[in-house]
Amino acid sequence: MCDRISLTIDGRQIEANPGQTILEAAEEAGVYIPRLCWMKGLSAFGSCRLCTVRVNGRPQSACTQPAAPGMIVENDTEELRQLRRSLIDMLFVEGNHFCMFCEKSGDCELQAQAYRLGITAPQYPFMFPQCELDASHPEIFVDRNRCILCGRCVRASQELDGKHVFGFVGRGPDKRVAVNSESGLAGTDVSVDDQAIAACPTGSLLAKRVGYVVPVGRRRFDHEPIGSEIEPASADE
Amino acid sequence: MAKPKVATTSLCGCFGCHMSLLDIDERILDLVELVDFDRSPINDIKKIAGPVEIGLVEGGCANEENVKVLQEFRQHCKVLVSVGDCAINGGIPAMRNMVPLEECFEEAFLKGPTVVNPQGRIPDDEEIPLLLNQVLPCHEVVKIDYHLPGCPPSADTLWEALTALLEGRNLELPYELVKYD
Repeated sequence: MCDRISLTIDGRQIEANPGQTILEAAEEAGVYIPRLCWMKGLSAFGSCRLCTVRVNGRPQSACTQPAAPGMIVENDTEELRQLRRSLIDMLFVEGNHFCMFCEKSGDCELQAQAYRLGITAPQYPFMFPQCELDASHPEIFVDRNRCILCGRCVRASQELDGKHVFGFVGRGPDKRVAVNSESGLAGTDVSVDDQAIAACPTGSLLAKRVGYVVPVGRRRFDHEPIGSEIEPASADE
Repeated sequence: MAKPKVATTSLCGCFGCHMSLLDIDERILDLVELVDFDRSPINDIKKIAGPVEIGLVEGGCANEENVKVLQEFRQHCKVLVSVGDCAINGGIPAMRNMVPLEECFEEAFLKGPTVVNPQGRIPDDEEIPLLLNQVLPCHEVVKIDYHLPGCPPSADTLWEALTALLEGRNLELPYELVKYD
């Protein structure tokens, strides 16, 4: 085994194993770096940029950048909070996120990141794009209004389910998640138990007929911000 | 000393946010001690007498009348607050924003499965405010000072915001009072 690496994050000295990313090392040390496209058990994607930190003054995505000896990492700064706020605001205005009737509300990571940042209204104009909804499958639906293109379903289907149900098509504003069948989701070999369905951070991929089972007040992010499970409770006292 | 004035209105909303304001329970007695109401559905006054300390706006702008009322509120209210998801992002009425206005009219008045309209007319009386092409959040029409999300914002959220603004405190809502549903 190689020696442990020592680096600082927001002035605090932490240790990492060689090969560990900044995000993983921080998490082990009880420091939460906000993320959306990163998910434990999946390869890093580095697309949402929410985990951007400053490493020795330069912006880097913490989910892809390996920890290195002597790194000076800034994470919880006003500048980065503002940048993350802008990213979340853009995700909200670029899609159609109607939280008030979404089955995922209270359990949605996009919403939870906005709550954590204390966002009360996005600073950009809403785009109200036209998006397709695919309800062809008897047990699952894809609502692209709520898709943030994190690619977690794409990777989970490949890496965990051993299938290739989802993939990206198009570029720029036309980019969207497609399914591996011309007849829609019903034509694929997806199953409601696939990890790809559970991997969706928003209400874009959901099992049918199980919405709203958890009452308001008992959902994942009703009382504690996302990331609280990583941060030691004493930190905010 | 005269009590500060509060005005409220529901633009393209469902009055759910006003119901939530009534849901402050017995604190409504304190509220009556704290403020006087200018234009509001609560007292049925239709025109702002002004000047008003705090304006609470529920609902987004779906038609020209909504825009006029919102502009009137901005003109007379020192502090203007968007209350609820419809005011902040258009809410349920904004679901029509992805459909061209003409198609919305056709569905509502001509082609919808339950429509009975033998003359095939789309209502166009001048008493009916013209619809905007899209439902707009209030802050895309006038300057909005504070946003209280929620569908509706809880009574506690409304109470906390109102009292903070009346007492000149910073409006910093705790985690549990900022919810989008």
